[in-house]
Amino acid sequence: MSENLTLPAQQGSTDPTPTETLLEVKGLTKHFPIYGGFPIKRKVGAVQAVDGVDLTVGVGESLGLVGESGCGKSTTGRLITRLLAPTAGQITYAGQDITHASRRQLAPVRSEIQMIFQDPYSSLNPRQTVGTIIKSPMEVNGINPEGGREKRVRELLELVGLNPEHYNRFPHEFSGGQRQRIGVARALALNPKLIVADEPVSALDVSIQAQVVNLLQKVQQELGIAFVFIAHDLAIVRHFSQRVAVMYLGKVVEVGDRDSIYNRPRHPYTHALLSAVPEVEISDESESRERIRLAGDVPSPIHPPSGCRFRTRCWKAQDKCATEEPPLVQLSGNRAGHLTACHFPEDPTTEARDEDVVLDPALKALEEDQD
Amino acid sequence: MTTLTKTEDAPAPTGPESFLSVRDLRVQFSTEDGIVKAVDGLSFDVERGKTLGIVGESGSGKSVTNLTILGLHNPRTTTIDGEIVLDGKELVTATEKELEQLRGNKMAMIFQDPLTALSPYYTVGRQLSEPYRKHTGASKKEAKDRAIQMLEKVGIPQPKVRFDDYPHQFSGGMRQRAMIAMALMCDPDLLIADEPTTALDVTVQAQILDLLKDLQQEFGSAIIFITHDLGVISNMADDLLVMYAGRAVERGSVKEVLRTPKHPYTWGLLSSMPRLDGDIHTELTPIPGAPPSLLNPPSGCPFHPRCAFKDKVSGTLCTDVRPPLGEGRDSACHLTAEQKQTIFIDEIQPRLR
Repeated sequence: MSENLTLPAQQGSTDPTPTETLLEVKGLTKHFPIYGGFPIKRKVGAVQAVDGVDLTVGVGESLGLVGESGCGKSTTGRLITRLLAPTAGQITYAGQDITHASRRQLAPVRSEIQMIFQDPYSSLNPRQTVGTIIKSPMEVNGINPEGGREKRVRELLELVGLNPEHYNRFPHEFSGGQRQRIGVARALALNPKLIVADEPVSALDVSIQAQVVNLLQKVQQELGIAFVFIAHDLAIVRHFSQRVAVMYLGKVVEVGDRDSIYNRPRHPYTHALLSAVPEVEISDESESRERIRLAGDVPSPIHPPSGCRFRTRCWKAQDKCATEEPPLVQLSGNRAGHLTACHFPEDPTTEARDEDVVLDPALKALEEDQD
Repeated sequence: MTTLTKTEDAPAPTGPESFLSVRDLRVQFSTEDGIVKAVDGLSFDVERGKTLGIVGESGSGKSVTNLTILGLHNPRTTTIDGEIVLDGKELVTATEKELEQLRGNKMAMIFQDPLTALSPYYTVGRQLSEPYRKHTGASKKEAKDRAIQMLEKVGIPQPKVRFDDYPHQFSGGMRQRAMIAMALMCDPDLLIADEPTTALDVTVQAQILDLLKDLQQEFGSAIIFITHDLGVISNMADDLLVMYAGRAVERGSVKEVLRTPKHPYTWGLLSSMPRLDGDIHTELTPIPGAPPSLLNPPSGCPFHPRCAFKDKVSGTLCTDVRPPLGEGRDSACHLTAEQKQTIFIDEIQPRLR
């Protein structure tokens, strides 16, 4: 596709250095049909998992994708790797439209976009040795590195911090963290340009998470690989990603550089999400953060609310929010590249408010009793 | 062999303030692979109206401890030593019938995954009222009123209608609320919450945590809160117990343990965790290696294979002698108090900024 077709997100993306766009996603949509009825099954609805997502990833950049379960972040990851075919929208990888590319057309691109999965237990074949697992992407793509595939696998094992002598071991002989390292080695086997990491550390113990995060960071910085880092842990995403996109019910509600999202968020949902993260108070000096307690859970993506999808849980919602969907635009006062989809944005600060926002009816009742 | 602070000789003060007291608890499972020492010499107290947080990684014995308190272990494969005293009543030697009287009445539990902990065959209302009727002998009508009142208290909209719903008709957050309502039905004195928010999203987690805190103020129950998330514990607990490989390695008030931690494992946990307001350019410092197998735990201090500071202890103390954990604020480590302080100020604190 044409190079000059840029998104607002990319126009002034000044952080940290303007990079070349590697991946561009426009209006990406995935609806999973629901069939019902008897005796003839008909389509009776659709789970609107992803509904019009615009994203860009620069060369060597790490984009974090955060949101709660069911917001479509994993589906977006799978669409980018084309493990799923999008319902609508466009995916452009390195100037090439791969939205509806055939298997044959995709083959060369597939080797450049790799994926790391969440569960290190189910994403490795228990009947294959570690060597076979890491080697197989090379076999599939007919790649014969200098010195043979086995030598390359041993190099990769060393790179991810495993003993190269473990070449002939099976996955069950490794712990969770080590298995995730095998998954990383497999993703690196083809020298990819983009890795989609779908919750790569959430299945691991706290003390092991940092080991894998450090490994991924090393890989990203030393090999210059771009990352789409999908996670629900906001602190880890902040640590890993230069740019962050916040998703809610299939849409990106706010995207921007790390500092803007974490310190100057504008969308009420981003505020709520950040205020809900439990933080260790290691000193008295820690700034007091705002306290926002939403009511209820995320609505069903089968019948998402009209207009702004967050309006049913938002404390600022007005009539306009129900009728008009807010566009993802740069608000006045925001940095270039910091886009927010909200009619009534919040102040760009995360400090404590004069009055807490407590929407939960039970909490409100209990707290009023105690006052 | 390992030496221990003998607690059996001097029975702990089970005065009015320590409502639950666990002394030198040992839980072992016999499995095909051998004997698993899931809990190995654990002692702690919980005061009325206070929250004790227990943190540890998977396999550190935190859940097993609490299943043992409730008597929910498999008696055929489990051996239990030590004593658990709840309000003057010894639980380890109690019969199943006596435990039945206590469970759901005096002590109740909130489980991690509400979908598997609630029965899919019965309505939420029935599951709530059944234990209440059993323990108080209330009529069906009274139990229903009580259940609806509790559902309302925990914030289930339209509790009268929802009373007749099945668990699958509830969302994840609502199921956890229903679990809390169920646990509070008989107004228990002790509430054990085993990772109650791990399966939930952050915004829902925040609601549930605040709800638990507010309900505790109203009902005055003692809570044992088990989690692996130090952030959650920092908001919830009064006292904190850090567990590793079936043993308590550090104990103290939440402020003491999180602000001036004294055990290398606690240091490791704190510095391997990114913070929302931390410096993004400081690299995380993970704990090397992996948690040990409880089939064959390391000799001496169980943390020594992963400990970065064992060189500072003279001789083979770390590998041979198990460090004791004293009463009150203490950490089970062979480093001297001065060493701990210098290491924390010089090496650990800069990482936490």
